[in-house]
Amino acid sequence: MLTAGIDIGAKTIEIVILDDGKIAFQNLTVAGYDVRESLKKAWEDIEAQSGIKLDGIKKIVATGAGRKDTIYASDTITEVSAAAKGALALNRDIRTVVDVGAEEGRAIKVDSAGKVMDFAINEKCAAGAGAFTEAMARALEVPLEELGPLSLQSTQAVPMNAQCAVFAESELVTLVHNKTPKPDMARAIHDAIADRIVSMVRRVGLEEKVMLIGGVARNIGFVTSLKRDLETEVIVPEDCEYVGAYGAALAAAGK
Amino acid sequence: MGEFRLPRPFQKEGPMIANYGYKDGSGDFFIAIDTDKCDGCGACIEVCPAQAFEVGEDPNDPLREEPVAVIVESVRKKLKYACAQCKPVTDRPPLPCVQACPAEAISHSW
Amino acid sequence: MAEEYWRWTESRWTNPDLSWKDGEIVTAGVDVGSVSSQAVIMVDGRLYAYANTRTGSDSPNSAINVMNWALEETDGLSLDQVQYTVGTGYGRVNVPFAQRAITEIACHARGANFMYGPTVRTVMDMGGQDCKAIHCDEKGKVTNFLMNDKCAAGTGRGMEVFADLLNVSINEMGELSLRVEEEPPPVSSTCVVFAKSEASGLLRAGWPKEKVLAAYSSAMAHRVVSLLERIGMEEDFAITGGIAKNKGVVLRLEKELGVKALEPKYDTQIAGAVGAALFSKALVEKEKSKKK
Repeated sequence: MLTAGIDIGAKTIEIVILDDGKIAFQNLTVAGYDVRESLKKAWEDIEAQSGIKLDGIKKIVATGAGRKDTIYASDTITEVSAAAKGALALNRDIRTVVDVGAEEGRAIKVDSAGKVMDFAINEKCAAGAGAFTEAMARALEVPLEELGPLSLQSTQAVPMNAQCAVFAESELVTLVHNKTPKPDMARAIHDAIADRIVSMVRRVGLEEKVMLIGGVARNIGFVTSLKRDLETEVIVPEDCEYVGAYGAALAAAGK
Repeated sequence: MGEFRLPRPFQKEGPMIANYGYKDGSGDFFIAIDTDKCDGCGACIEVCPAQAFEVGEDPNDPLREEPVAVIVESVRKKLKYACAQCKPVTDRPPLPCVQACPAEAISHSW
Repeated sequence: MAEEYWRWTESRWTNPDLSWKDGEIVTAGVDVGSVSSQAVIMVDGRLYAYANTRTGSDSPNSAINVMNWALEETDGLSLDQVQYTVGTGYGRVNVPFAQRAITEIACHARGANFMYGPTVRTVMDMGGQDCKAIHCDEKGKVTNFLMNDKCAAGTGRGMEVFADLLNVSINEMGELSLRVEEEPPPVSSTCVVFAKSEASGLLRAGWPKEKVLAAYSSAMAHRVVSLLERIGMEEDFAITGGIAKNKGVVLRLEKELGVKALEPKYDTQIAGAVGAALFSKALVEKEKSKKK
């Protein structure tokens, strides 16, 4: 039996399809101006690449910021539930899930049964999510995917006082003016956002094992800063952006 | 005309309240210090795990002679994050700074 | 970011009816902000000269630069003849020629009292990188305040982001935002970064610039009102800082508050420096009376 989960995020849409609870296919599409168009294209791509047809799927559950905007799903679950479900299905020892997307950052505490105990969300403020690194990459004139590797070349920590993406941009301009090396500025950017995410984790209480998911988990600079700040090991799954959709797909399969 | 209503009446002889913190997209995060009640005893400094407080000359009343507690400038902009460790999501205990102040001069907006 | 759109008018002024040579106490106040810097020179507590410039990335030198610019137009006054200078603002540590630094909260209250008169009780300062609400008494002494410098919403920088997005110069934004037949709903995101994405969506949906500006100015006014709700408000009410020059935000704010702000007679950006110059004078007088 085929079930699917759709995660409609601010920047990307992920679809995960399960066949009797096992991952059969997954797809990632950029969330365009018209979400319906993007979803339509996603389903077309899925059919073209895997042969799976939309009407062959028994149940679809949606999650993400745009979960109420889709006609495809019969049910919705919150991002917190989806993240918890997905993370635990990947690794039964996870007790803290950190989910950092383009516009929101979340810290979730789960028990051994996968039940959500506590959660804290950084929302409505660009400094607490991927939008921050994106804006900073633009300000530094470095492609976003290069920002992480660049930061690993840093030789010293440079503190960032601004806690706002707009002010941080001005601060970067001053640092550039003072001839701060680019890798150090890149590291400062990741340290800054990691710092904010870590204080959210402290609110739910840190318990190992810790898993990091969401698009920002692809950023090696962020992962490095996070590990350093948390002082624990952080597990980043291979398909970190799909975990929310995976959780929704599991919900659709009744798991 | 606007329907603006004051949440509490503005008192002319009221306390001088210093509100440190900010309001951003995610909410209001202010620590209010009643500087009429505060005498600069420093009890708050001892108990705060984030080193958010310091005591000294009142920066906003250059003519005041008594020292007063203020929120450290570098912490003000990160108040939500600095205070996070004392504000777990569940089972939130009373705040150390609020409890420690003998004059009850400290309050948090969240 | 394109350089032109932020370009609000830098200004300076010298009092034609006053000469520093006729006065006893010549003092100065310098307010160094992250976005703009002001220098104010007073003679016996009367406004003699001022200058208002962009701070730029050369912040350590912005104090001396703005001071020199103000001194240029004076009747031969040089820095040595200024008896006392107080530095204020975010960059107050960067006023090397100041004898003392005083916070912008205290200076703004004092400055507003001078600029608007002893009836002012609530001052809303909307500066380049901060947004603060201050209560003061009839002498300009601070009685309450709420300082907000973490978030770009409601600040000049937030406005600059929109000026850049819409390709409108900052000076025109106020006027333009009023050219709507019906007031649109305010932009729903407080966060400037998200508000900018929201505005991009509105533009794509066919909204004209004026309508987007109206929606953003409305959101800004709404934010200011919520800050005032936290601290309370008493008339008379005055607005200082660069955004006080934005008619679109001011009118919407007045409408939502049901209160009219006092009419500014001076450049609204000099309030901090005015207060600093007045503190300078008070400190000179204090020293003089000690010597007697």
